[in-house]
Amino acid sequence: MSLLAEINQRALQLGVPLSVQLDVTYRCNERCVHCYLDHDDHGELPREEIVAILDQLADAGTLFLTFSGGEVFLRRDFLALVAHARRRLFNVKIKTNAALIREQEARQIRELGVDQVQISVYSHRPEVHDGVTRLPGSLARTLTAIRRLRAHGVKVSIANVLMTRNVADQVEVQQLARDLGVGYTLDPTITPRMDGDRSILGLRIASADLHRILHDESLVGDVQEFCAPPQNVGADIMEGYPCSAGHTFAYISPYGEVFPCVQFPLACGNLRRQRFHEIWRASPALQEVRSIRAKDLVVCSACLHVGTCSRCPGLAYMEGDMRGPSTADCEKSLQRTGIASAGMLRFGELSRPRLVQIQPVTPLSAPQSALSAAR
Amino acid sequence: MENQHRYPARSTAIAARLMGGEMMIMSPVNSTFFSLNEVASLIWQAADGRTSLAEIVDTRICPAFEVDRKAALQDAEEFVERLSRHGILRVSTEPVEDASDSEVPLA
Repeated sequence: MSLLAEINQRALQLGVPLSVQLDVTYRCNERCVHCYLDHDDHGELPREEIVAILDQLADAGTLFLTFSGGEVFLRRDFLALVAHARRRLFNVKIKTNAALIREQEARQIRELGVDQVQISVYSHRPEVHDGVTRLPGSLARTLTAIRRLRAHGVKVSIANVLMTRNVADQVEVQQLARDLGVGYTLDPTITPRMDGDRSILGLRIASADLHRILHDESLVGDVQEFCAPPQNVGADIMEGYPCSAGHTFAYISPYGEVFPCVQFPLACGNLRRQRFHEIWRASPALQEVRSIRAKDLVVCSACLHVGTCSRCPGLAYMEGDMRGPSTADCEKSLQRTGIASAGMLRFGELSRPRLVQIQPVTPLSAPQSALSAAR
Repeated sequence: MENQHRYPARSTAIAARLMGGEMMIMSPVNSTFFSLNEVASLIWQAADGRTSLAEIVDTRICPAFEVDRKAALQDAEEFVERLSRHGILRVSTEPVEDASDSEVPLA
């Protein structure tokens, strides 16, 4: 076990929020077609409140801190927040579109010892990238900033969210990252808006594209191992926790709201009314999230993929049940291994049009989440 | 080597946190993690650039752990040398004022 894995394990045992994402604003200079946020400012935390939150996180044991948004550089005090975080010895990552990073900001990022800057790039072609961001000239500005950061020696990674509009350019974006000497990560999951609006899910890539990506050695490593059929799992897996959300990870919104994860809109408390450690220790919502073991998952516990699935409890929650399946992850398991998940089988059986239809008198209990997912 | 004249200072480029009594430190050079035990944590916390390594051993380590001074100093030298290779400590032969403005995570 690596030391980092040991640290994660220790954080889990001690109940330490090892990693936190703090969104400092939801305002943005771009209007990406797939974005799940409301960009209006409904009363962001001022600098002094964020500084106090950073102090509370350091005291709680948080080491990995990701600043994100919105576009973080729309806050004039953003680098002052980063400076405070670094004084408190956080490992800092920044997620940004980089369009506002000039020479001065690039130099400061380097001097502050930011570990990594993750920058969204959707395509190597301006007409596609700018079409996604709905901001003409945005690709050119972003690429200029990436080169600027690299010139200052800052570690950069391109984040490539895939959707119907740009999936054809994925290989070229990956090559662009190589040419720029930066890292590359890919996210094929389009998620519902935070207000529950699911209309943007139509941007999700086709199954064939997902299949290709999940079988690309340059992305997943050993394809045979990654795509191997699921094995029977032991009691240790069934007694284990589905993911780190609410266990060693927390998300804080620009309004001070605390959630188990970035896209897990289960309100756990607000830092304008409570201190972080009070929420982290005593929130009934967090305690409920932490109580869930793999064996408690209403459909997934009986699924062949239970030991290897990337099931996101936040997406499941948005589909109606945090203990239920996440259909996006069911699809990934299918495309990865060729074997349908229990959730998909249940979903397919319930949604398939029948010649003879029978209306149950009482609600079905077991497939509740699949029914929720079908709504 | 004039050990008395070596002044270790914590790098401001690191990330660090105390967890379960052990100091976790991430190297800025190659993102390698280090876990420091109690003695190593004491040396790291005392490394302010103004206090010599010998003084740290004399005032922090020997009284607290009842160890032989010579052996303790030798271990401390090796520890400082190793951490300096990873950019976690900086070592100079003169005291350094304002060597580190980062805060030390304490229990």
